Amino acid sequence: MLTVTDLTCARGGVPILSGVTFSVASGRSLILRGPNGAGKTTLLRTLAGLQPALTGSVEPGVDAIAYAGHADGLKSALSVAENLTFWAGVFGTRGIDAALSAFQLDALRDRAAAHLSAGQKRRLGLARLLVTGRPVWVLDEPTVSLDVASVARFGAVLATHLAGGGTAVIATHVDLGFDAEMLDIAAFRARAGSSDFDRSDFDEAFL
Amino acid sequence: MIRLLLRDLKLAVRAGGGFGLGLGFFLIVVVLVPFAMGPDTSRLSSIAPGVLWLGALLACLLSLDRIFALDHEDGTLDLLATAPIPLEGVVVAKAAAHWIVTGLPLTLAAPGLGVLLNLPSDGYLWLLVSLAIGTPALSVIGAFGAALTVGLKRGGLLLSLLVLPLYVPTLIFGAEVARRGAEGLAVVTPLLLLGGITAGAVALLPFAAAAALRINLR
Repeated sequence: MLTVTDLTCARGGVPILSGVTFSVASGRSLILRGPNGAGKTTLLRTLAGLQPALTGSVEPGVDAIAYAGHADGLKSALSVAENLTFWAGVFGTRGIDAALSAFQLDALRDRAAAHLSAGQKRRLGLARLLVTGRPVWVLDEPTVSLDVASVARFGAVLATHLAGGGTAVIATHVDLGFDAEMLDIAAFRARAGSSDFDRSDFDEAFL
Repeated sequence: MIRLLLRDLKLAVRAGGGFGLGLGFFLIVVVLVPFAMGPDTSRLSSIAPGVLWLGALLACLLSLDRIFALDHEDGTLDLLATAPIPLEGVVVAKAAAHWIVTGLPLTLAAPGLGVLLNLPSDGYLWLLVSLAIGTPALSVIGAFGAALTVGLKRGGLLLSLLVLPLYVPTLIFGAEVARRGAEGLAVVTPLLLLGGITAGAVALLPFAAAAALRINLR
């Protein structure tokens, strides 16, 4: 369950999106559409709590949200299993075997992340979502550098997550193989110069 | 936090992790000073505490930009910010890892290198004590500077300029403890001030660093 009410997202103090309101029920997913630069990443980072919203609210809070962005957050000197075990420890969960097998990384578990291909790194980055144990996934272009089989596999993992009562908000241009609601964020674009926020926060200029 | 600390230590000792970078630099400075100053042992022993402290400080400075920059580049910092650990805890764990990788080896190596500078025999204990108390402040202040410059490409120059003035009090009182110890004078006053600086930095700067990180992650 994710409810977003009247959210205004800014980048560098300039409002990009305003009045973003949507709700995703448990077991459902929402796919964000919009041209490059429309503010998909900004919206997702705001949902994940990485940048404060100018107005509006996101329910539930950031403690329920697992975020996966463009970068996978892997340490190339650590092995696949070590990378995943670290994140499992940080999020206070145990057992990485289910996450490894879900993305077919078992055979690679002792290989250093530096020696993985781009697609394998991406699969490892997505496997991290499974060890967070969080119900709401916020994903920014999750299928970049994945081949067709891996995209299908990711779609299956996502479907399992949703069937277990999870929720997902995904910015993607790829068909993931299951029906999801679509939201075109171009409709929420903040009009330049019309905002109250333009010069309201003098300190913002120095941050 | 413990997990993060252990991971950072593991990364530091793996290939390319930068363990020994500070130690190597410290060794080079201390070995080269007698060549530059000439072999006059009385002159060397009078400057030994200051040179050892300065070398340790510069060695510490050398590895500061690694504290957050590497994690920022590969996206780990974003993910840590959304993890259940508070960012203040992330800063403390990273500063502690930096100290264990840099400050602690410097402290342990300093007495050995003191021999090269003809450090008076009374000075070894106080050199060790002053570095043990002072270097944690260097790591925490450095973590604050690294947090301020984390989003910048090649922010190393700015980081050094930001951090150097903050390092001055630690250097003054740390070197003063070592100097007085070497000359057999009372060390209590500078030692208390050094301890106060470290305690204050460790208590306050993680909050400032976490606030700087939040702004830089936007």
